[in-house]
Amino acid sequence: MSEELLNLTLHVWRQDGPSQPGRFETHPATGISTHMSFLEMLDVVNEDLIEKGKSPIAFDYDCREGICGSCGMVVNGVAHGPQRLTTICQLHMRQFNDGDELWLEPWRASGFPVVKDLVVDRSAFDRIVQAGGYISIRTGSATEANEMPVAKAMADQAMDAAECIGCGACVAACPNASASLFTAAKISHLSLLPQGQAERLDRARNMVAQMDAEGFGGCTNHGECEAACPKGVSLRWIARMNREVVRSAVKSDSGVKTARR
Amino acid sequence: MQLRSNEPTGPIEHRWEKHKESSKLVAPANRRKYNIIVVGSGLAGGAAAASLGEMGYNVKCFCYQDSPRRAHSIAAQGGINAAKNYQNDGDSVFRLFYDTVKGGDFRSRESNVYRLAQLSTNIIDQAVAQGVPFAREYGGLLANRSFGGAQVSRTFYARGQTGQQLLLGAYQALSRQIEAGKVEMMARTEMLDLIVHDGRARGIVTRCLKTGKVEPHIADMVVLCTGGYGNVFYLSTNAKGCNCMAIWRAHRHGAAFANPCYTQIHPTCIPQSGEYQSKLTLMSESLRNDGRVWVPRNKEDVTKRPEDIPEKDRFYYLEERYPAFGNLVPRDVASRNALYVTNEGLGVGLEVDGERRGVYLDFSDAIKRLGEQTIRERYGNLFEMYERIAGDNPYKTPMRIYPATHYTMGGLWVDYNLQTTIPGLFAGGEANFSDHGANRLGASALMQGLADGYFVLPFTVGNYLGEVRTLPELAEDHPDVKKAVGSVEERIHKLMNAPDPKHAPEYFHRKLGRIIWSKCGMSRNKEGLEEALREIPKLRDRFWREVKVVGSGAELNQTLERAGRVADFLELGELMCIDALQREESCGGHFREEHEENGEALRDDEQFSYVSAWEWTGAAGEPRLNQEPLSFEYVKPSKRSYK
Amino acid sequence: MQRALTLHQTTIGKKLVMALSGLVIVGFVIGHFLGNLNLYRGQEALDAYAHFLQGLTPVLWGTRLLLLLAFGVHITAAFSLWSRNNKARGSRYKKHQDMATDYAARTMYWSGPILLLFVVYHLLHFTILPAHPGEVYRNVVEGFQNPWIAGVYIVGNIALGFHLFHGIFSATQTLGANHPRFNSYRRDAAVAISAAITLGNLSFPISVLAGFVTV
Repeated sequence: MSEELLNLTLHVWRQDGPSQPGRFETHPATGISTHMSFLEMLDVVNEDLIEKGKSPIAFDYDCREGICGSCGMVVNGVAHGPQRLTTICQLHMRQFNDGDELWLEPWRASGFPVVKDLVVDRSAFDRIVQAGGYISIRTGSATEANEMPVAKAMADQAMDAAECIGCGACVAACPNASASLFTAAKISHLSLLPQGQAERLDRARNMVAQMDAEGFGGCTNHGECEAACPKGVSLRWIARMNREVVRSAVKSDSGVKTARR
Repeated sequence: MQLRSNEPTGPIEHRWEKHKESSKLVAPANRRKYNIIVVGSGLAGGAAAASLGEMGYNVKCFCYQDSPRRAHSIAAQGGINAAKNYQNDGDSVFRLFYDTVKGGDFRSRESNVYRLAQLSTNIIDQAVAQGVPFAREYGGLLANRSFGGAQVSRTFYARGQTGQQLLLGAYQALSRQIEAGKVEMMARTEMLDLIVHDGRARGIVTRCLKTGKVEPHIADMVVLCTGGYGNVFYLSTNAKGCNCMAIWRAHRHGAAFANPCYTQIHPTCIPQSGEYQSKLTLMSESLRNDGRVWVPRNKEDVTKRPEDIPEKDRFYYLEERYPAFGNLVPRDVASRNALYVTNEGLGVGLEVDGERRGVYLDFSDAIKRLGEQTIRERYGNLFEMYERIAGDNPYKTPMRIYPATHYTMGGLWVDYNLQTTIPGLFAGGEANFSDHGANRLGASALMQGLADGYFVLPFTVGNYLGEVRTLPELAEDHPDVKKAVGSVEERIHKLMNAPDPKHAPEYFHRKLGRIIWSKCGMSRNKEGLEEALREIPKLRDRFWREVKVVGSGAELNQTLERAGRVADFLELGELMCIDALQREESCGGHFREEHEENGEALRDDEQFSYVSAWEWTGAAGEPRLNQEPLSFEYVKPSKRSYK
Repeated sequence: MQRALTLHQTTIGKKLVMALSGLVIVGFVIGHFLGNLNLYRGQEALDAYAHFLQGLTPVLWGTRLLLLLAFGVHITAAFSLWSRNNKARGSRYKKHQDMATDYAARTMYWSGPILLLFVVYHLLHFTILPAHPGEVYRNVVEGFQNPWIAGVYIVGNIALGFHLFHGIFSATQTLGANHPRFNSYRRDAAVAISAAITLGNLSFPISVLAGFVTV
């Protein structure tokens, strides 16, 4: 609980808009309490910038408790910073030392164009889900919930896959900027449950086609995504997605939906 | 102003069916002729937009986040209640209804609450069919737990992420409609004003947060599912972006605001560690099942390490004051007592602004009794989260906790159809005041959001459209539209060009939060509220004079976004205090120190058994009070006691 | 035809092609290595083995065609993924730190081309333009007695080792074999196979250089 004050140097990626060139800007962060969260540290820097009439650093945030998936940036080459299984909003400054130099960069990927500074456009993830990441059930037409038992082990596995918060750290950390972990987590979550069987074949191929159309890279099994994932979503779902895609290719008679961009 | 609740009459269990039967319908082929705006994409908004789109209406859905999947419903941990009675422990729709009315301290509308309890079972069916991975028993059936002191196990949960999974279910249903072309999703787009034409809500004015573009969206009706106003306290468990802009703009156009002083405080949050603190993190209340709450008996001990304070110098205040319930007293009682002991200078932890606001939650006895392994199994995740944030290991040293604002029961006044006092303007979820009365039960927020979104709004919206049939065409260059757009642009200009710019918007927000938290928080009194009512207008004036927004309005400008939200909180905060001052009784989340008996809230059913619906009269601080009387046919008002 | 084509167009399809063709090549590499062990049984044994293989004309050409096809699609898919992945990454980080990946995985795009050059050299050296046609043992031993040539083989086989390790591990993942209970075996198997082949193959030039095997 003991508090220390840190003086840090921030090298922050500044970019005015999607098509403008970016650059690093250096800002001191002084008197930073070790009890601050990383984003609170940036709040303090920003408030100071505003009072000096300078443009504050833009970064995404919302819930600040590690569940909404809004926040994310690369700190010294690591997505969400140095603490494992922790989003940047829950990362606290006690993980750093006085005098540290920190390089803050946005998620870099062609599928995630920069909006401004550290803010990127992750709408590609929404479009991947729109391509089939759901179970089609009309509101009000569901049958009694306990009619279809689901083995506890299966339900637990589905929940493991469903923990993804859609922050995009997997893409940011992947050497190929692949969205495989994100896509695989949703495909696995739904294909593990009996409710998800009817659309299973089409879901896998349509989501994968959309993932490719968004310009993300392919998986080359480095495992960086799993290491960067703040929710510990497992690589095994990518293996499962691959199985689902093969299954779909062998069994499905319908063609792939045209991916949208 | 006329407040017509439009409740059906007759036996309560048939009211919703009866209402649906007598409602107007829109034929499937005609639905595509109607345009509906849904603001917000959380449980209520996401579910409503998805369901309405599926029915065939043209829906435009808006959210300020970069994706509809990020609405703050996602952060709900505990679970969702439903009267399924799967555990065979005597639960029923009536019992859930009864518990909710009683829990709300007899300040809610019986018909609405009964409908909520009835719909609760449909929600579980719907969510399971969508693939929400609820916890299950080994037999494969759904698991339940008892939550928030309920006498039955009716809470469904998905680990500690029930809100996330339910929201993703709604988000996926919404995504399906977006793919089908029935819902147009506008993310990173904030509603800045309502367009009212000919006495009806006909659209909204938005600002694209990426480009700064201000534009009108015209429709046949507007549904607001924009959440609560807990961030008026600055520090709360809400997301940083949560704001009252949409409901406050609606209020200023004539929508009555109901019961603003009903706010809920959650007792087990991680205390503030410094002035820079941006939000408070909630930890599940289940911690109180095994943790013991205490503070040092002597002021001299507050800076000592807790391990060094001998047993006899520890003040287990809840166990001493409430021997029957001990550490498991209800949320508001636990919260107020933490306030009182810290007021006496017995608070522990870091000093912020000259005060130590924290109490210990100690697991050492539980660890001795049950072993560290058992505690790890029960609370491992929470302990990890605590250590990540507070930097202490709760297996070794007691946690520090303190209450924080968590939920707001007040909101836009709505009738049984969830229509506000502006025709064509509906409100769902936390944005309305409807179902929780003066206090919300644990695991009922998710239930209400989804009931409104999936099952109530799709019917009542149809009823409204069926009644109005065709509305006159409203063009973008109509004076009413131009006026709304113009006023938004003028306001942005004013925010960006204060006469004497000095401080970022957070500076004022923190000050407002401090006033509201200390004078209209867990415990309120006349003197404090009157003081707050003198301070807030002054702060508001200062804000408009000194707020500093850098950059331009024609780009992503987060400072500008926050400035607009703070401006509205500065008005809503005042209304909260006016309401709290006017309500000369204690009920639920509203505790007036003048109205208590041995520390227990003292309700005054004779004088205050009504909903306070405040009407905007043209200037902040001068609202007009309208009353909707409440009557209780099925649950007779009784007094709470936990002694 | 429509279905296979669709699959092949996806990144996952391309990876499947790489995994399957890679496994064909791995199978060949194992067989090739086992056959080469005849070197230690002496000149007669190795030459006899070579003559035996030469005699199985349909099998020989079948294998050659299969390998050519496997190499062809492996390289084509690799190139297509490489260019796609490069484009997907876009700009690079100023600071970069790896968290999980390893040397073998990171250098696949280096070990791959090195191996290709090595295979071409190897084919020219022993199969297409041998110094003494029909005398395999002599070609091998005399060749490896030249330290430069031996060096090429040593470098080539080290590249092979790394490529095989990540290739085998990765192919199982791509083909969907990832289960928490078996994952440690997966890695162990990849290490064992790639290490056995690499060390075995390295032993040939080293033995010759060290004088254990002579003409």
